[in-house]
Amino acid sequence: MPNDEAAPAVRLTSITKRFPGVVANRDVNITVRRGEVHALCGENGAGKSTLMKILYGMQRPDEGTIEVDGAEVTFHTPADAIARGIGMVHQHFKLADNLTVLENVVLGAEKLHGIGAAAGRRIKEIAAQYGFDIEPDRLVEELGVGDRQWVEILKVLYRGAKILILDEPTAVLVPQEVEELFGNLRDLKAEGLTVLFISHKLDEVLSVADRITVIRRGETVATVAAAEVTSRRLAELMVGSELPTPETRESTVTSDEQFSVAGLTVLSPEGRAIVDDVSFAIHRGEIVGIAGVEGNGQGDLIEAIMGMRPVTAGTVRFDGADITNWSTRRRREAGIAYIPEDRQRYGLVLDRPLWENRMLGHQTRPPNVHGPWIDRRGARADTTRIVKEYDVRTPGIDVLAAALSGGNQQKLIVGREMTGDPRLLIAAHPTRGIDVGAQAAIWEHLRTARAAGLAVLLVSADLEELIGMSDTLHVILRGRLVATVDVNTVTPEELGSAMTGAGPDGAAGPDGTAAGGPGGGGEA
Amino acid sequence: MSDGVPGWVAILRGLGPRRIVLRVGAPFIALVIALVITMIVLRAAGVDPFNAMSSMIDYGTTSSSTVEILNRATGYYLSAVAVAIGFRMALFNIGVDGQYRMAAMLSAVLGGAVALPAPFGQILVIVAAMLIGGAWAAIAGVLKVTRGVSEVISTIMLNAIATGLIAYLLNPARLAEVRPGSNNVATTPIPESGRVPGFELAGGTVFGLIVLAVAVGIAFYVVINRTRFGYDLRISGLSPTAARASGVDSRRMVVTTMALSGAAAGLVGMPELLGASYQYSLNFPAGLGFTGIAIALLGRNNPFGIGLAALLFSFLDQSSDVLQLNDVPKEIVLVMQGTVVLTVVIVYELVRRFEIRLQQRAVAADLAAGRTIAQQEPTGGTA
Repeated sequence: MPNDEAAPAVRLTSITKRFPGVVANRDVNITVRRGEVHALCGENGAGKSTLMKILYGMQRPDEGTIEVDGAEVTFHTPADAIARGIGMVHQHFKLADNLTVLENVVLGAEKLHGIGAAAGRRIKEIAAQYGFDIEPDRLVEELGVGDRQWVEILKVLYRGAKILILDEPTAVLVPQEVEELFGNLRDLKAEGLTVLFISHKLDEVLSVADRITVIRRGETVATVAAAEVTSRRLAELMVGSELPTPETRESTVTSDEQFSVAGLTVLSPEGRAIVDDVSFAIHRGEIVGIAGVEGNGQGDLIEAIMGMRPVTAGTVRFDGADITNWSTRRRREAGIAYIPEDRQRYGLVLDRPLWENRMLGHQTRPPNVHGPWIDRRGARADTTRIVKEYDVRTPGIDVLAAALSGGNQQKLIVGREMTGDPRLLIAAHPTRGIDVGAQAAIWEHLRTARAAGLAVLLVSADLEELIGMSDTLHVILRGRLVATVDVNTVTPEELGSAMTGAGPDGAAGPDGTAAGGPGGGGEA
Repeated sequence: MSDGVPGWVAILRGLGPRRIVLRVGAPFIALVIALVITMIVLRAAGVDPFNAMSSMIDYGTTSSSTVEILNRATGYYLSAVAVAIGFRMALFNIGVDGQYRMAAMLSAVLGGAVALPAPFGQILVIVAAMLIGGAWAAIAGVLKVTRGVSEVISTIMLNAIATGLIAYLLNPARLAEVRPGSNNVATTPIPESGRVPGFELAGGTVFGLIVLAVAVGIAFYVVINRTRFGYDLRISGLSPTAARASGVDSRRMVVTTMALSGAAAGLVGMPELLGASYQYSLNFPAGLGFTGIAIALLGRNNPFGIGLAALLFSFLDQSSDVLQLNDVPKEIVLVMQGTVVLTVVIVYELVRRFEIRLQQRAVAADLAAGRTIAQQEPTGGTA
């Protein structure tokens, strides 16, 4: 086996990794051939990142073996993995902005070619070899996102990596940059490098990968050749058949306008419009969905609506009042509930017990407080109620929020935000990265609240969720609402192409479902 | 009963006592480690460590030392509480030193200039000190929220400015006078009616304002743990992002917290000013603000813990005198204090991580065994 001619670049056998309360990977088997682009595909929380951390030596598997080029290896630290020619490009860049490209690349690898002219020559060689254009003496802070990613890849190549792991590399890129990245990945492949590409975006995976391994809930489901699979089939593999479909039955939309934004514009610190002239309304009993590739302004839109980010132009109206200049607290007190995208950083204080987390965002209202005083008894009793009603699996309300699994943390947040008679719910990725059971429960809560007249703004990357839950569905692209689609007829494929600005045309949409086609997609 | 799982049940299940053991155990372990390191240092300096330790303990527990330790600890305590108020919001107020010296100096001038009947004079001086300390610290807060200046930098600079300003004002040409028969320059002494008498104890006098220190500790505890404001402050310190999303106005919190920290700092000099010196002079104790940082760290920013830490530091300071008699440089005590702070910071962080992991495991075990609130009393509420 070890000296086999076709020894795979990487073979993972029966990898199992447990964390307290969850199994992140169970009996995972993956074989990556040399010189291929291999995609690792699965929903958020399926265990992709853990698996790659194991391969990169950041975590050690509880069971199973790793083979690189046919030889079994044990990695204790990323340095061990680097020594075997494995390099990782993280989703969040790890670059020093105030250093040059060259300085960033040689940082930590000074022994290879020094830090001076020799290193600069080596960088230019690599850049020439793989066909990209980068100036070693530019400051990283002057570079755009796409170029920064190249610096990250350059760092890895400079250290002699033959196997590249890219963790969700497209999450931060705009579509043109994605295309450019894919072109470069093909160049890397042509040069004989092996690329492991992590993503949950089907279209990207299909366009760049040779073979695709699908992971669902920590287990490998299948490895398929990209040429022989459709995105429909891939989606089925990813979500499995048992996934309950998010569907709102009969319409509960009323004619009362609960909330609206008009001409909302938010500028980035550099003066670029990250939310650009956005207008829409939400009625009582209506769920309005926002679909978009991550990083197209949906997060900024939500922060502007919550008053966490200054608005440059436009108005926000709630209950007939102009709330554009209200503080976050005043908005919350007026009945706007908020399920943040990043629950661990924005939704919870991990180091505090559940009952104190129940107060978060509601710390000015009963039952949590009595005048200026914390009402411990009231807050604790209501936490117990939420834990029961929303099926938060916990032995008690005094455990730290950090001790709960992601799904249970999210159920606590949903329960908290549904409490106190909200009239508008801003839900960002409410079911991201949580197990199927919790997902179904959260959808059910949203439906119940909608039937009771709650207005909901739903931002999600899960297209099935958006199509299934929304009454009205807008598409956001580069900060603008570019299309409104009919949720009764649109397919995930059509929605996906609208999100990338490709337009609703193409083979998939004979019904011509997307109304108000994104004519402006190509410009601006 | 409506709490579902009352505290005592949690304790029986093993979530409670382990936490308490860790709470108390962590500083204890840190102290033992620090002690061992100190003994090694003593040994290396050619001193018998056990002999040195026992002479420190003997001297530190004499009755005259006890009074001195209590008095010194009073200032340390107030200083550490001032630092802890900032720490709880992840604000590093290094400027307690400048804040309390400015406050003590200016309120001493005020107390010396105005003679009021018994409680009013004292109240006037104390309130003035709090306002001055608060205002001085608020400068750093305002700079942080308007100009983005790190409070670490600005408070250090404000310390230097305070030193310069006090040197300028503490001059016979301005707010002070030269004491006849010495080179000392001091403010006008506070009249008899404006002083705070002490308690007689073991042949010495304990500062009357030790009561104030206790009251400040209690107020700190209550405000931090039992009020809405304290909740906002704590979550701002633990997770600024979650605090912002929950509606906390972080800019206002920064300024308010700095002002409160400064107000507490303003009290640091009061026990000495109103209980012993009655004037601000060149001899007025300085440097308490820096000791307070170490004590706040050691006391885990907890009012009770800070009390114990203040007593320990005060004890070490006091008993250091005896080391010189044994031909040991008294600076060895600074080594001890530094070692304590270092070990404490490291041990606390390790224990914090351990604690979270322990709880995750306990919760996983409880869930595996089916011990959940939801399972205990199934309600029809869930769909």
